[in-house]
Amino acid sequence: MAMHADNIIEMIKQAMPGAEVSIEDLAGDGDHYAAKVIYDGFKGKSRVQQHQMVYKALKGKMGGELHALALQTSAPE
Amino acid sequence: MTDTAHDRISTMINDNDVFLFMKGDPTFPQCGFSSVVAQVMQHLGLKFDSFNVLSDEDVREGVKAFSDWPTIPQLYVKGEFVGGCDIVKEMFQSGELQQLLDDKGIAHN
Repeated sequence: MAMHADNIIEMIKQAMPGAEVSIEDLAGDGDHYAAKVIYDGFKGKSRVQQHQMVYKALKGKMGGELHALALQTSAPE
Repeated sequence: MTDTAHDRISTMINDNDVFLFMKGDPTFPQCGFSSVVAQVMQHLGLKFDSFNVLSDEDVREGVKAFSDWPTIPQLYVKGEFVGGCDIVKEMFQSGELQQLLDDKGIAHN
């Protein structure tokens, strides 16, 4: 099972309004992505918490439908 | 998650200063992400123990609930969840991982 990059971006943005999301399909197979998420709500959160927020936005698809999503998260400067 | 899986996971991460849940073992990782973390730890000369989640479905699913983290590998230091592949790699590159180990009094290269 694969997911479209657009779907991933949409799900993240829906859960995190105003987030800046960029995504790269690493292998061109719709299954291995790298995403960069910049979100105001990340301020004051640990990396683990930031990644957990993104995983929650993806509603259980991570680790299932989505095998690989390398994540880089940060709050805006 | 069964109580026994929860207890087994607690015991593993509390009995070892550095513990890694991974796919395969450090010598023969069976997933690229697990391999990266194992390599970082070997590079740091860390004494650590690991558990191959492919060998036990209860622990494989249990550890995801335990840390509220959907993927493997998962690194624990002194019983605390540090992160998966991306976070460990990022922390290693920035020197934060080494700092964390220093703070916890764990010897490394």
